[in-house]
Amino acid sequence: MLEIEDLRAEIDGKEILKGVSLSIGPGETHAIMGPNGSGKSTLSYVIAGRDGYEITGGSIRFLGEDLAEMEPEERARAGLFLAFQYPLEIPGVTTTTFLRTALNAHRKARGEDELDPMGFIKLVRAKTRALGIADDMLKRPVNVGFSGGEKKRNEVLQMALLEPRLAVLDETDSGLDIDALKVVADGVNALRDPQRSTLVITHYQRLLGYIVPDHVHILAGGRIVRSGGAELAEELEARGYAGVVPEAA
Amino acid sequence: MATNATMTVEEPAAIAAGRAAFRADGPGGAAAARLRQQGLDRFTALGLPTRRTEAWRYTDLRDVARTAWTLAPAAVDPAQAAPWLADTDADRRLVLVNGRFRPDLSTPDLPGVTATPLDGLLADGDGAAAAVLDEALTSGERPFLALNTAFLDGGLVVRLAPGATVGRLEIVCLTLPGGDAPAMSHPRLIIEAGDGADATLVERHVGPAGPILTTPVLQITVGAGARLGHYKLQREGGETSHLATVLVQVARDAVYDGFMLSTGGAVARTEVAAVLTGRGGECRLSGTYLGRGRQVLDTTTVVRHAVPDCRSRQVIKGVLDDQARGVFQGRIEVARDAQRTDGYQMNRALLLSPQAEIDSKPELEIFADDVKCSHGATAGELDAEALFYLRSRGLDAERARALLIEAFVVEVLDEIADDAVRQHFTEIVTDWLAADRADHGATAERGAA
Repeated sequence: MLEIEDLRAEIDGKEILKGVSLSIGPGETHAIMGPNGSGKSTLSYVIAGRDGYEITGGSIRFLGEDLAEMEPEERARAGLFLAFQYPLEIPGVTTTTFLRTALNAHRKARGEDELDPMGFIKLVRAKTRALGIADDMLKRPVNVGFSGGEKKRNEVLQMALLEPRLAVLDETDSGLDIDALKVVADGVNALRDPQRSTLVITHYQRLLGYIVPDHVHILAGGRIVRSGGAELAEELEARGYAGVVPEAA
Repeated sequence: MATNATMTVEEPAAIAAGRAAFRADGPGGAAAARLRQQGLDRFTALGLPTRRTEAWRYTDLRDVARTAWTLAPAAVDPAQAAPWLADTDADRRLVLVNGRFRPDLSTPDLPGVTATPLDGLLADGDGAAAAVLDEALTSGERPFLALNTAFLDGGLVVRLAPGATVGRLEIVCLTLPGGDAPAMSHPRLIIEAGDGADATLVERHVGPAGPILTTPVLQITVGAGARLGHYKLQREGGETSHLATVLVQVARDAVYDGFMLSTGGAVARTEVAAVLTGRGGECRLSGTYLGRGRQVLDTTTVVRHAVPDCRSRQVIKGVLDDQARGVFQGRIEVARDAQRTDGYQMNRALLLSPQAEIDSKPELEIFADDVKCSHGATAGELDAEALFYLRSRGLDAERARALLIEAFVVEVLDEIADDAVRQHFTEIVTDWLAADRADHGATAERGAA
């Protein structure tokens, strides 16, 4: 699904990723954990294709395609989804318009008919109910005046609609209380199937109690310094980054 | 060595031509002749503004000054005017061609509406009409209002009956030159909404592509308890200089809901001076300007709170592409007695090209102590993070840009209270955005090829 080999990336001439290798197979859930400044968010942005992040070495392939050659929207339509740590507010664009435009961009890319407003509303209502999202949120401008929890629910709603092959969750747990965390985790888990993969990027073990990973990697100083199973997250929780990977502290 | 060099300033071509075209006598009898002469004297005293004139610092009129303008013909064949009226509502319109009211192109006998040619009123010795024009001439330093008065020809007085619910009424100002020579027209309108009247006015300015100077002056009074929606649409040709003055008086408990959409012309300025003269009055003065190429679009406003307990609100948003320039000068004045004034003003500009420019000068002048006034101005490019967010959801870059631009500007159209007008203006805005996009798409493809 995702093959990252010896990936090096810099921003403003500063090297942040210093040789990251990671392989995620279909149906797998991986977690990348790491202290602040370890390169976690940079990795998610490099995967999604944000401007300003320059790949200086190595490779990153998604479903066999070289991601570095693809625009962010091409990556999205190929089945990649980044749930943002800080979802953007977009005044003047209602959430419904945003969601429908996004979904139709995907449908068009797949050669399917675009959904009309009525057909779309039916589809989105089913998803919002499952995620405990009030219909009122759909009428409001994207993320404007949303609480932290609502913004993250909106991210998961987008994911549920776009049904990506690989979802990258960047610090999705930040700013969430326990109830919101459960709703978000349920939404992510509902999409898990043998053909879809998930990459959870987080500082804390907390989220991994709800989205249980198959593999856990510790990112420190721009490299993956240790990999293991779900138990690695528990070890981190017990002993801290300094205890598990002294070089990271 | 002399430190002060003596310079001989050559008279601009526009002034020489204007002097040659001037004739005090004409329609409207002695009163009109007197007004025209006073208009010329006033214009001569004020002179053509340059960028050294504070009120005109940001708007360059050198092209206007160096052009030898001729008067657009008074008589125009209705068949020539017809194509320009295609977008208008034939059942609810009043039409001026080259400043002259055209009953043959206008809807007769609209309920609650009395439309009378201004020159007719002046010729009949209507002292009130002359007084309104006199008041405007001495009200401030407005050279193009003076010029408009100097070439007073025809004009229109629209009276809305007290208590009448008039609905939508379109006023169309069309300039049609007689030939290829640069032509000027000077439309003059007096609009009086009687006490308790309720009306929605759509003011359209249209005209062909050649060099045109137009100086529309509207004097509007909104009577006690009346509501007047006034929605101006400026979509003239690419070589038009549109230098408009709007003077508004809002009486007790009246609502003036003004909005300006400006997309046309080479230089287009609307200067609005609104005065709240009665308690409980409300003045809304919003708008949007969409500029590309080398257009200069100027919105200059003064809202004066002369009495207590009035509200004013202004939201002006602009989108500027290419080398277009926007100017926003907005002043809120609060007189010493105007306690409990509630004033709000916001100007936001979106710059789509590195060469586009906005000059914004918001001012507050407050002499009362118990007031709530705020103003602000922002200018910037599209938010790169928001663009990335949309693209990361599968929208291509062009679609994402279009969505963000549209979101930015369409929001301001919510200021228009009238649904039908808002929808109409929204269509014009989205058409403009699509055309701009198509143009840049073509440029990008040429660049890539």
